[in-house]
Amino acid sequence: MNKNNNYQWIGKSWTKVDGLAKAKGETVYADDLFLPRMLYAKMLRSPHPHARIKSIDISKALKRSGVVAAMTGKDLPIPFGILPVSQDEETLCVDKVRMIGDPVAAVAAIDEETAEAALEDIVVEYEILPSILTIEDGLKPLSERPVREESGLPAPDVPAAEAQIHEYADSGNIHKQVALEFGDTETGFAEADHIREELFYYEGNTHLPMEEHSAVAQHGADGRVTLWSSTQTPHYVHRALAKVLEMPASQIRVIATPVGGGFGGKTDPFQHEMVVCKLAMMTGRPVKLTLTREEVFYTHRGRHPVLMFVKAGMKSDGSITALHFRNFLDGGAYGSYGVASTFYTGALQTVTYPIANYKFEAMRVFTNKAPCGPKRGHGTPQPRFALEVLLDKFAEDLNLDPAELRLRHLMPDNSKTINHLTVTTNGLGECIRKVTESSGFQKRRTESTLGKGIGLGCGSYLSGAGLPIYWNKMPHSGVQIKIDRGGGVTIFCGSTDIGQGSNSVLAGIVAEELGIGIEQVIVVTADTDLTPVDLGSYSSRVTLMIGNATLAAVRPLREQILSATAEVLKIPAEKLTLRRGQVVSKNGSVEPVSFVDAVQWAETKFGTLGSVGSYTPPRRGGKFKGAGVGPSPNYSYSACVAEVTCDPESGLYSVDKLWLAHDIGQAINEKLVIGQVEGGAYMGLSEATMEAQVYRAGKDNPAGLHKTPSMLDYKSLTALDMPEVETILIETHDPEGPYGAKEAGQGPLLPIMPAIANAINNAVGVRVDEVPITPEKIFQGLQNLKKGKSGRIGPKKFPKITFPEALKVEPPEDNSVL
Amino acid sequence: MLRLPPFEYHAPKSIAEAVALKAEYGELAMYVAGGTDLFPNMKRQQFTPQNLIGLRKIPELFQLVFDQDGTGLTLGAGVSLNEVAEHPDILKNYPALAKAASLVSAPQLRNMGTIGGNLCLDTRCTYYNQSYQWRKALGFCLKKSGDTCWVARSSPKCLAVSSSDCAPVMVALEAEFCLASPAGEAVKTRIVPASEFYKNDGANFLNKTADELLVSIRLPTYYSGKSGIGWKMNYRKLSRRNAIDFPLLGVATAFRQKDNGDCAEARIVLGAVGSSPLRADEAEKILQDGSLTLERIEDAVQAAAKLAKPLDNTDMTLSYRKKMASRFITEAFNEVLKV
Repeated sequence: MNKNNNYQWIGKSWTKVDGLAKAKGETVYADDLFLPRMLYAKMLRSPHPHARIKSIDISKALKRSGVVAAMTGKDLPIPFGILPVSQDEETLCVDKVRMIGDPVAAVAAIDEETAEAALEDIVVEYEILPSILTIEDGLKPLSERPVREESGLPAPDVPAAEAQIHEYADSGNIHKQVALEFGDTETGFAEADHIREELFYYEGNTHLPMEEHSAVAQHGADGRVTLWSSTQTPHYVHRALAKVLEMPASQIRVIATPVGGGFGGKTDPFQHEMVVCKLAMMTGRPVKLTLTREEVFYTHRGRHPVLMFVKAGMKSDGSITALHFRNFLDGGAYGSYGVASTFYTGALQTVTYPIANYKFEAMRVFTNKAPCGPKRGHGTPQPRFALEVLLDKFAEDLNLDPAELRLRHLMPDNSKTINHLTVTTNGLGECIRKVTESSGFQKRRTESTLGKGIGLGCGSYLSGAGLPIYWNKMPHSGVQIKIDRGGGVTIFCGSTDIGQGSNSVLAGIVAEELGIGIEQVIVVTADTDLTPVDLGSYSSRVTLMIGNATLAAVRPLREQILSATAEVLKIPAEKLTLRRGQVVSKNGSVEPVSFVDAVQWAETKFGTLGSVGSYTPPRRGGKFKGAGVGPSPNYSYSACVAEVTCDPESGLYSVDKLWLAHDIGQAINEKLVIGQVEGGAYMGLSEATMEAQVYRAGKDNPAGLHKTPSMLDYKSLTALDMPEVETILIETHDPEGPYGAKEAGQGPLLPIMPAIANAINNAVGVRVDEVPITPEKIFQGLQNLKKGKSGRIGPKKFPKITFPEALKVEPPEDNSVL
Repeated sequence: MLRLPPFEYHAPKSIAEAVALKAEYGELAMYVAGGTDLFPNMKRQQFTPQNLIGLRKIPELFQLVFDQDGTGLTLGAGVSLNEVAEHPDILKNYPALAKAASLVSAPQLRNMGTIGGNLCLDTRCTYYNQSYQWRKALGFCLKKSGDTCWVARSSPKCLAVSSSDCAPVMVALEAEFCLASPAGEAVKTRIVPASEFYKNDGANFLNKTADELLVSIRLPTYYSGKSGIGWKMNYRKLSRRNAIDFPLLGVATAFRQKDNGDCAEARIVLGAVGSSPLRADEAEKILQDGSLTLERIEDAVQAAAKLAKPLDNTDMTLSYRKKMASRFITEAFNEVLKV
């Protein structure tokens, strides 16, 4: 690690600026807000997976004592959605419901109990429509449909269109289809010495933040609407509210309250946010709506279930001559980020190891289930799992150490991938070397102790999307700084701290540049009235983008302070610097002066001290349709070694230890980075071993009911299931990041799932080509092995469907070095 | 959030007062001890009592007396699961019970949850332990407000699962439960053997009237003997996680060996694979008064595992849970034979 010891704060560990308030229970989350005369809202949700709404009668609810207002979709009918191409959500469903849990009406009452009781007063008449619950059904042309839900029998009388969930889909229930080819995969496969064709399946799972979504709205006497919400993206919520409420954005204020965990689950504009605003406008009273845990499961936007076909060609030296991914995503009932998710299941395979020719095809289908969207890793964990398990299989074919296979073929620094992504620095080699050394990987892998296994996985992730959600050329992140005469420095930024520590990043960078204490920096964030726009906490963009914007804002102030001090002290400004709350001369020739004195001299000379800074990512990436997903200022890299103990009789296993190395570029706050890495490891391990967002289906069941909408029954890791994590940070000092930084929030999750799969194979010889990797599946594999059959567990069938002809994209002109 | 519906809370100071309150309010009232199971169920409207009779102020329910000279252990129903898990007398003399209690949920819930509550735990089912709105979308079920058992639609009875960790151990150790009920001004008590306390019917799973209160449990003495000869007992639990999970299979075992190593007595009880703990009488007979040959053990394992008839109404697949039954019983024997 090339530590720059001249830093006062950067790369060190300091306490999160909001840490103590959280530890002491003083943080005010959205649900902690209580405003005078506040009402409580509840939403009535559909009990049917797919049905036409024939009528809704709210009159009885309105008569209930304590109920102040009730509304239906007709009160706020303008559709919205996070992506401009998927404006397919309604505040409350107007004509039809598309999943169990779709809201159809809302009530505001003097307390939650009354609001909940009033839901029972609302009468909704539905006409049941055929429901689509699987990828296979979603792929079927509408003419092949369907069965009537109540009878489970084919219904030739059903008009085909009734089974279509959204009319705007590419075709039938295929929401989006993509087909791209970079180079020529046919030639690439012809050049290969080894070819493998594999099927993989990755089950859907959800974010499970500790805090349920909550929102409070107030309609002021001045006519303005204020929304407090636990959101990761106040700016996008602001835009959506302006559209749906048909109000100028200047009349709406969105404040993101401290978020008790997001992980991508709070990055869409949501129905409950629209509902509280409208009910506040209808009643003239503040309105709060906090989702129940069950409702959070319906709000979802979690990991897409993805069925994958992968074909790869490899030379005997391990280089990949051609790679072909064909992915089917189960999107659920709405678009959400789904179009981006679809592209992300193909975009980042190329940034770890050079791929000479690459074909990527994908389809996202609509189904009558909770909508999928972005969860930590967004579209990347599924293909990364497939690719890293596939490399393990190739390593066996070639009789090569899996680490050696990867180390031989790494994307070089300053190079371009076959799909036109720019890699500035790549620390993957160092990550692999460090985790394999620390874990004794080479030795342990070849030890033949039945039941003990070790596995390697790698990954890469973007430090922020190169493009915003809606087309514009404005900055992605803005920062404003003002300095008070008393020495307090306030930084204003639209960024949202969702627990990852972005407020601490802002404070740390300002403190570093001005040579002051962290406690002297006042951080004001995520308030559309007060703070410049930052696009939000998603795509691992925050540290890099707000960091660069902060540097742009703070450095001119630093110059002003130094220049004014130099004038008073009568020495050249270049000889002065800011350290530990003082202006000091670099050679010690003059007595230090306090920061407060220096600030007052600067205000005397320049007037009020304030500045702004912003950041726009460099324009990179290809020119083809779909090239917008994947480019990023830089990419983080991670490698993980997992050690497992698996009972060869039962398949029950424990994960004994994880070694996780992450190329962070440069840590801003080392402790927070380690926290992010460990959090990613936890979440990755939880989905690797048990998590599954699944629904009831089949003729004996009312279709489309979520199987486990509670924290007890939806299984995720407990503290007792979490092994030790040895975190190793690799610093590559990337030229694009502030001080060289890269992301830490999502990348470290990616290598966990394949590392576990590879370790299980190493332990007991069972290949689970599916996530989650459960004892039941391993047991089945063990039984198969005992019968002399293959120990592979995974999908066996793949839908036969014709993709549109792939858009041919020429490789970048110089695809090795920039 | 999901609200706890309003109710009136009563805090009687004696068993007599408690059962009298229950008699007074009848079906509108329920007893509550730790509340770790009842309160979540009330939020989801499986239970809608208007009165709760709290048991935390009744000193008699917290007794824990171990008499080495033969009378065994008397355990008040209000003793917390953590105390059962950690009490030195229980750890030493009834290690299977201590282990079962230690495996319930998580430390915070074991501090609140009581042994009596765990023994009277409502049966569980993935179609039943859901919110009111979810069950309404389903069309309700046989156990509550409906007439269909969604696990097996032809089943005339509810198939919800006995999910107590401690119950199979109590059956294996031949505990006796003391139940109190009102008799005019006085209190009437009734002693029921643990094996008769449970009924294999998910909707009607306890041999206990609504008025009756489980006040204490009595366990006979089990001598562990010298050099490993004597009683050995264990409890094994299958669950997906190491905490906050109900059992998907529980195997309680107790064996007494003779000086020559032969089996003198064997008890094998399966939990969480039926609506009650299932005692493997046939397997026990195979082992009784015989040498522990591998063949006999295998016969006993097969006989015991045959009882496990898990259904698709918990976590993990039913075929896996069935397979694990024989695996867990085998492991229990291996542990005994190791010493």
